[in-house]
Amino acid sequence: MTIGTNLLLARYADCAFWLGRYVERAESLARILDVNLHFSRDSRGSQNWRSIVQLNADEERFDKAYDVASYANVVHFYALDRDNPTSIISAIRAAKENARSLRPMISTEMWSHLNVFNNLMNALTPDDLKPSELSRVCAFIKEECQTHTGITEGTFFRDQSWFFYLIGRQVERADQTTRLLDIKYHLLLPADQRVGSPVDVSQWNALLRSVAGYHAFRRVHPRGMSPKQVATFLLFNMSFPRSIALCLSEIDGHLHHLKAGFGLRAGNVSMELLDEARAALAGHNQDSVVQFGLHEFSDYLQRQLIAITAAVRQEFCGVVPDSDAD
Amino acid sequence: MNDGVDLLTAYDRQGHWCEMFGGDGAPAEHASMVRDRLGGVTLSDLVRRSDIAERELYNLGITFTVYSERDVIDRILPFDVIPRIISPRDWDIIERGSKQRVNAINLFLHDVYHEAHILKDGTVPAELIYGNAYYREQMRGIAVQHGSYVNVCGVDLVRDQFGQFKVLEDNARTPSGVSYVVENRHMMQRTFPDLMAEIGIRPVSDYGQKLLEAVADLAPSAVPDPQVVLLSPGVFNSAYFEHVFLAREMGVPLVEGSDLLVEDDRVWMRTTAGKAPVHSIYRRLDDAFLDPDVFNPESMLGVPGLFGAYAKGNVGLANAVGTGCADDKAVYAYMPRIIRYYLDEDPILDNVDTHICREREGLAYTLSNLENLVVKPVGESGGYGIVIGPRATKEEIDDIRVKLEANPANFISQPMIDLSVCPTLIDGMIEPRHVDLRPFVVTGQSCWVLPGGLTRVALRRGSLVVNSSQGGGSKDTWVLEP
Repeated sequence: MTIGTNLLLARYADCAFWLGRYVERAESLARILDVNLHFSRDSRGSQNWRSIVQLNADEERFDKAYDVASYANVVHFYALDRDNPTSIISAIRAAKENARSLRPMISTEMWSHLNVFNNLMNALTPDDLKPSELSRVCAFIKEECQTHTGITEGTFFRDQSWFFYLIGRQVERADQTTRLLDIKYHLLLPADQRVGSPVDVSQWNALLRSVAGYHAFRRVHPRGMSPKQVATFLLFNMSFPRSIALCLSEIDGHLHHLKAGFGLRAGNVSMELLDEARAALAGHNQDSVVQFGLHEFSDYLQRQLIAITAAVRQEFCGVVPDSDAD
Repeated sequence: MNDGVDLLTAYDRQGHWCEMFGGDGAPAEHASMVRDRLGGVTLSDLVRRSDIAERELYNLGITFTVYSERDVIDRILPFDVIPRIISPRDWDIIERGSKQRVNAINLFLHDVYHEAHILKDGTVPAELIYGNAYYREQMRGIAVQHGSYVNVCGVDLVRDQFGQFKVLEDNARTPSGVSYVVENRHMMQRTFPDLMAEIGIRPVSDYGQKLLEAVADLAPSAVPDPQVVLLSPGVFNSAYFEHVFLAREMGVPLVEGSDLLVEDDRVWMRTTAGKAPVHSIYRRLDDAFLDPDVFNPESMLGVPGLFGAYAKGNVGLANAVGTGCADDKAVYAYMPRIIRYYLDEDPILDNVDTHICREREGLAYTLSNLENLVVKPVGESGGYGIVIGPRATKEEIDDIRVKLEANPANFISQPMIDLSVCPTLIDGMIEPRHVDLRPFVVTGQSCWVLPGGLTRVALRRGSLVVNSSQGGGSKDTWVLEP
């Protein structure tokens, strides 16, 4: 009389995917804002807030809404600007709306937490974003996202929707890492002479800390820090949760589980695209990827992730590509 | 605040029948234990726990949602922590009376959509049905499993100053509010376990399973293990929380129109593994939106072809299409006659005396007693358009007189009922507030009444209008074990 656990409404699969993505996005943005506040300074010692806008390829929309890339403007744009679909407040709201659609599937605890989290976000004011407060607010957002992750891990019924949720999270995580890599290399390494300078090291240091990877990096490289080492670590390390290689490997596992564990016949295009990306990654080492151009490679990975997203949504959820924007 | 004083000492029922204290010469013995325990709670503790309960409802998202242009606003239905208690004796009357009523409505609907004896012999005026906006000609001759048209019925009851329950109206289309019945109970169990301890309160938690059984009863008989779904208009519907709640309690997918498709008069849902068959649907979508091919062609919420599949008997729908012609306020006036007609029984639950303005005598009586009567338009719900004579201004009386004379068939009138009250926490004080009761009757092959029901309370002083759209809240409703 009830639905078998091997059946999942296509719409639910899509909502689970986006729920995973949006919460991951909010956490990543909070990390980036926090780290930039603490560690990221340009060659003149002032913080470079425009780099965050560039990192997310949001220049056009930002410039339309704000006159200068000041601390206050950039932080507001990414934290509390409801008109910016890539702000934290928009991501949490979108996560909540996807959770609202998924409510028949998810635990009351998951829903209740997101509901409260969203209300807390709505209660934040520009005063909470002052330099003296920002770190605390970013920590709060990170912790709420992690609370969500913990509640989800502990209560989400392990049916298909769980795997779509995880795929969404890993796609977003991989995407965020490519963006970080890209902007640092692209902006901060225009010429070889800067490599190894104190300023430069602080940039890479900041990058690692934004993904909670500084100490992980030190376990692999106890001494020294070169841009090449950091890039390699974020691309290839199979133990670091935010490395591209690990994210792609996990997506691969989840897709296999959907096919083998739940007997879904769809997903061939998604798998092919994912295999291509993993093969491209496997075909590089730390020297070849720099030779190839880190920017070009990041760009390729981002495009591949977009294609994988479209394929997963089309094959499993029946969503026609470009029928809606994320 | 009067801490240290018995919570209910200063309470005055102000001459009304009170659900906690009873009426003149008829004290509510069954509530004495709860009264005593409430007396042991301080007012400040009651206020504190009430605040906790309210915050929790908000956090749990037990809300109805208001969408504005850029904001999504979740509002809770105000919850009053002082329960309404129903004696086993009263419940017996309510339960038998509600079942009788639903039974008669089902027989009436079957008749209306088949031979129409009751219309042909003039017991109910035919134009009342054929002229009704909710009458569906497409249903004529269509077989409905077990003759069960109204699978979920909300029978709105009020209690007068003598303690008699009376039916105010029937809700035979898509009555809502049952989620609050269950959630209010959960909330009381969390915040007032001491108040409930060792009192036999009949459980309300199996509503979802009873509903699932009833909806599954409507599936084609040949299907051994039918797939049931709940069809919702979607997240933008103000009752979306309830749809989610019921889908979870029933353990069935909550689908929207776009999740379903019809091929060869069979209904399917779109899943990650392709299409999967659907055999019975609890739909929370009005008839008009159900199938754009047959009803409102503008509907984006429905499923093209759904009615065809239904007419062929390939899918069950709860409630059946076209039940709205039975819960109309004009048809309501005929309900006592309808019950006698099909069941040859006297109604167990009486109607409120009703004057049918389409009938000459009813109109004449209404026009000459406007100051003492409640005049209701027959086509409205949600408490809209009602004129309460004793409280109306002269302009309002004149206005309704003009409307009555212009279109008498659009109105009924009733004496003003002095609705019973219940002690209610208002701004840190305990005051009497008027309440009604909506029991939920679930009918598939057999008929079951949820032992509880939604007690709505008019939070404004003196107000008789309990609708949530007009400042109403709700209370937990305890039916005591016999």
